[in-house]
Amino acid sequence: MSETLLELEHVHKVYRTGAFGGGRKRAVRDVSLTVRAGEVVSLIGESGSGKSTLGKMVLGLSRPTEGRILVEGTDIATIRGFAARKEYYRRVQGVFQDPFSCFNPIFKADRVFEMVRGSYFPEVSDADWRDRVLSALGTVRLDPGNVLNKYPHQLSGGQLQRMLIARALLLDIRLLVADEIISMLDASTRIDVLNLLADLKERGLGILFVTHDLSLGNYVSDTSVILHKGAIAEMGPTTRVFDNPLHPYSRHLLSCVPQLHRTWAEVDAELAADPPEDVTLPTVADGDASAPLLEAEDGHFVGIDQS
Amino acid sequence: MTDVAGAPGADGAGTAPEPAAERRRSETLHFARRNPKLLIGAGIVLALLITGLIGPLFIDHDPNEYVGPQSQPPNGEYWLGTTSFGQDVWAQFVHGLRSTFLIGVFGGGVAFVVGTAVGFLAGYKGGWVDEVLNMITNVVLVLPALVVLIVAVAYLDARGVLVQGVFIGLTSWPWAARAVRAQTLSLATRDFVDLARLSGRRTWRIITAEVAPNMSSYLVMTFILLFGGSILIAAGLDFIGLGPTNGVSLGLMLENAVAWSALQLGLWWWFIPPGLGITVIVGSLYILNVGLDEVFNPKLREL
Repeated sequence: MSETLLELEHVHKVYRTGAFGGGRKRAVRDVSLTVRAGEVVSLIGESGSGKSTLGKMVLGLSRPTEGRILVEGTDIATIRGFAARKEYYRRVQGVFQDPFSCFNPIFKADRVFEMVRGSYFPEVSDADWRDRVLSALGTVRLDPGNVLNKYPHQLSGGQLQRMLIARALLLDIRLLVADEIISMLDASTRIDVLNLLADLKERGLGILFVTHDLSLGNYVSDTSVILHKGAIAEMGPTTRVFDNPLHPYSRHLLSCVPQLHRTWAEVDAELAADPPEDVTLPTVADGDASAPLLEAEDGHFVGIDQS
Repeated sequence: MTDVAGAPGADGAGTAPEPAAERRRSETLHFARRNPKLLIGAGIVLALLITGLIGPLFIDHDPNEYVGPQSQPPNGEYWLGTTSFGQDVWAQFVHGLRSTFLIGVFGGGVAFVVGTAVGFLAGYKGGWVDEVLNMITNVVLVLPALVVLIVAVAYLDARGVLVQGVFIGLTSWPWAARAVRAQTLSLATRDFVDLARLSGRRTWRIITAEVAPNMSSYLVMTFILLFGGSILIAAGLDFIGLGPTNGVSLGLMLENAVAWSALQLGLWWWFIPPGLGITVIVGSLYILNVGLDEVFNPKLREL
């Protein structure tokens, strides 16, 4: 088994809400998972299920309220000081959900590459850097002539998104947090980016792939984690999770995927005629914030029912 | 359309590529030169500034000296006429311009530095830093600034323009801090700030290179308002006899004109020049600001 890159141990995130910070909102509840080198882990969940919050915590942009996040064995809460954090980002990078907000609107879009150069490769010559940028753009199948020396508002969401991926590729990263990176792309470029992720995986990167799209999760990942209201509903090897969903929420989610050849009524009728076997879900007492997982079959876990 | 002038590699192998900073500067200049609002605003402000700077060099007497006949309308010898004491209004005006610019730059500058520093830090850092800075800001905001100024200035023996400027600056920054903080709060949640952190940038560099340029026209406007505000506060202080002990300012001229009933006596040349001076300075700074906004913000440019 390959080395463990990322390990989340009972991670919680609680936000204060309300005018005086009196309210509490548990965005992430007791999440434990691992990402190994050369593995793609999909975090699947609806909006507000806490998947993006998890991504931000792994990137050190927000701190877990409880629990530990280990990257290559080091607790990232112990990474202190500017130099250490800078080194951390040499190995761990992220691509965010909204490409339009990732670019500073008053600067040209290729400034994101210059920032990486300024921070990490000040010694690289102009010509050498030019080659690197062009090759990274080639990897994400962008025509340099269309995207360089342009302002963000002159480019499309898909182009910007791929520039961000190219930016992450300029660094020799070990772990990539990809937060909804496909959602802005059109169908024809989607497959390119998915194949790119597969290439990165071959190169031994660990990828945390955050998505709301079940079919993408199915296509690209080795392990799938279905989040519901901040807690893990179901986790396991992708094929098992998708072929044999055990948690009622995952079943519901899978039944919501539109199917080309069948109407909703047919799907519902089929489900009603052949109800899947029930598994006993773990339960927690009221007021207990933990979310235990139960191993239903080898490597396939189900979590608590919060519906 | 896609001749990619600035693309890496487009410069060819032989010539060294132009540094990015220089290219950006020349581009800004390109748009600045074609912006009438910027040119008009900057032109008027510069003209007045130069008048204030070099005008006094051609006047060989003290502006408060009684040099000529009393209550003369503008004529060839006294360009802006004389006051009811026989003081040369033109001499007062150019000296007043000078100290008015000085007090505006100094008072506005101090307020701007303190206000933006507090606002950026509070808005970007958040948490307890924000709470503490916000508390200080609110305390200073509710201080009756004019009363504090009166007390403070009255206790000082030497009252120069600079001291007055510092005091005005230290009492008028809070609203600037609040305005900058509000803008920073909304900008700091944008993803490009997170991306800069992922690119290994320090906090102060993120504030100065990512957040601040996005509100550059807002910052210029803040400075312009603080500049104008300082001039007006200074005029108020001058009125109650707490201005520079032996100087002239446009505010002092206005208050003298009112005190000696220039309006009732029809001595329009006594109060029109200083009043117009303050209005034109602040007004052109506003026009300048609109022009700058168009130059700095690519979205407002015509492409």
